[in-house]
Amino acid sequence: MDISKETLFDLHHRMVRIRIFEEEAGKLMESAKIPGALHLYVGEEAVAAGVMCNLSDQDQITSTHRGHGHLVAKGGDFKKMYAELYGRSTGYCGGKGGSMHISDMDLGMLGANGIVAGGPPIAMGAAFANKYKGNGNVAVAFFGDGASNEGAFHEAANMAATWKLPLVLCCENNGYGEFTPQANHQAIKDVADRAVGYGMPGVVCDGMDAVAVYEAAHEAVARARRGEGPTLLECKTYRFFDHVGIRGIGLSYRSDDEVMEWKKRDAIQAIEKRMIEVGVATAEELAAVHDRVKIEAAEAIAFGEASPWPDESTLLKDVYNND
Amino acid sequence: MAEMRYREALREALREELIRDDRVFLMGEDIGAYGGSYAVTTGLLEEFGPERVRDTPIAESGIIGAGIGAAMGGMRPMVELMTINFSFLALDQIVNSAAKLYYMSHGQINVPMVVRMASGGGSQLAATHSHSLEGMYAHFPGLKVVCPSNPADAKGLLKRAFRDENTVIFIEHTSLYGIKGEVPDDPDFIIEFGKANVVREGTDVTLIGYSGSVWQASRAATMLEEQEGISAEVIDLRTLSPLDIETVIRSVKKTNRAVIVEDDWKFGGFGGELSAQIMERAFDWLDAPVARVSGKDVPLPYNRNLEFAALPSEEDVVEAVLAML
Ligand SMILES: Cc1ncc(C[n+]2csc(CCOP(=O)(O)OP(=O)(O)O)c2C)c(N)n1
Ligand SMILES: [Mg+2]
Repeated sequence: MDISKETLFDLHHRMVRIRIFEEEAGKLMESAKIPGALHLYVGEEAVAAGVMCNLSDQDQITSTHRGHGHLVAKGGDFKKMYAELYGRSTGYCGGKGGSMHISDMDLGMLGANGIVAGGPPIAMGAAFANKYKGNGNVAVAFFGDGASNEGAFHEAANMAATWKLPLVLCCENNGYGEFTPQANHQAIKDVADRAVGYGMPGVVCDGMDAVAVYEAAHEAVARARRGEGPTLLECKTYRFFDHVGIRGIGLSYRSDDEVMEWKKRDAIQAIEKRMIEVGVATAEELAAVHDRVKIEAAEAIAFGEASPWPDESTLLKDVYNND
Repeated sequence: MAEMRYREALREALREELIRDDRVFLMGEDIGAYGGSYAVTTGLLEEFGPERVRDTPIAESGIIGAGIGAAMGGMRPMVELMTINFSFLALDQIVNSAAKLYYMSHGQINVPMVVRMASGGGSQLAATHSHSLEGMYAHFPGLKVVCPSNPADAKGLLKRAFRDENTVIFIEHTSLYGIKGEVPDDPDFIIEFGKANVVREGTDVTLIGYSGSVWQASRAATMLEEQEGISAEVIDLRTLSPLDIETVIRSVKKTNRAVIVEDDWKFGGFGGELSAQIMERAFDWLDAPVARVSGKDVPLPYNRNLEFAALPSEEDVVEAVLAML
């Protein structure tokens, strides 16, 4: 597959947006400027970017507790995202949802989800609606290696395959469910092996290589659009930070050496190297992308911090839609 | 007696039960190598080994089912669900099997299992991570529901839970793990189920709480005394099922007023049950309708001010008392 210059820039831009959004959010959490618990996506950028480059705003995704990266890659608005993390009225959810529950229906982002494996059945239902309406749209469910042990994932996979739904089940296998290594929570190495039990293709790709994810997702999405049913796409990746927060090394459940090995495969550095080598970009052009995104983030943080708190009268609103 | 935190008291109980009864084993998500989300099981894997302190996949329905089957196979499992929020994924196993098997099987099958879970909001984790479901579990016949408010009760009630022939839903409030208190070190120390604790004696009004809300009630009682000269009696229910209604009725007949304090939603909550029982048993003694200070009937919001407004506070309790006097 030939990757165009535009696609390379697109992948790169989406990844840089995720990285900078997350690093800044992590700093705000560590300095107690924003509350709650942030599950950051740093290290895994290639997965969200590679998949999302194949989707339009009409294609839907379901996300996870580690959801900022998915929304950013789908074109999420930094201002509304930071404002939500700050708990402000201008946030995506008016300050009611917080990090684990952000959604943006205009972008087909059906929601981050505080419940592990909450997403796959919902994405499957969205795919069902797409098929029913014949609109050609595809739904993608993101979920972790840990989530692939929940019944909800298996129920969604079986139904999607049985009904040939336009769904991609995208497993972000980062090797851990919280603090438990994959080898201690499942007997298989490739989550994609589970596809066979449901009668769909299972594909493994390098989740540290945005181009590899892009190509694998391209085929899975195309297959779904052709009406041939779901694919289980497993991306092997790694989170550079702890389960929650920004500390990456000195953790009891994984070695610093392991972290360092994965960091050598940093997806942003890798794509930049490639873009320079094949001559589609200069180091200066790529640095300029980072600079622009840093400004975007700084402005959005200032917006979030300056935004008003939700009015207390909103507490009892929106439990039901009484329109 | 030794001073320790709520989480340490729970750990002591687990340790002692693991030593006392070799049928006891623990399992749950990240309870072993990591030591538990709230650091209750820290060190137990090292002390007792992976056969008895077992990390599980993220599979709530599966691990509760495993506990039920192991109990039927003669073991005494303790299953930890990281938080009460995730118990929804295991609800079928808990309600359709653990709670009913003894009855349905005409007493052939019992399920002596302890299910521990952390409950409550207040940490800005928002709607999927902030439930208080003690009352929901008390609704199901066949389950016992225990919700200690302090370290000594945590230990005594947890040790008692392992001696029960039924499934015990043991609910710990996330705001309590760090609180300290004196805890007996006698390995035979247990607290019986169905015995409420009169935390503070008083004459003008009875404040009834359980788990975290005992603290709001107690702080409100102090405020009432210091600011208004009102003498409030505070009752900690300790267990919702079985329920020690006698202690409540005795108190209400003395004070003639009752305020129930709970984090849970008001609509259909445990406070409604309690209020009905007080009405049935002590109607003629009441000088005012029973009042409920509860969480607002909304999914818990993330924003700090909204979350605070959604949960009951000691000020709300004081206000409710003043309104009924
Ligand atoms: C049903 C449920 N169980 C447990 C949790 C607590 N929890 C949050 S994230 C997580 C680990 C998820 O692992 P994985 O699916 O691999 O995603 P990762 O965090 O690695 O991205 C757990 C156990 C939860 N949120 N929901
Ligand atoms: Mg994982």
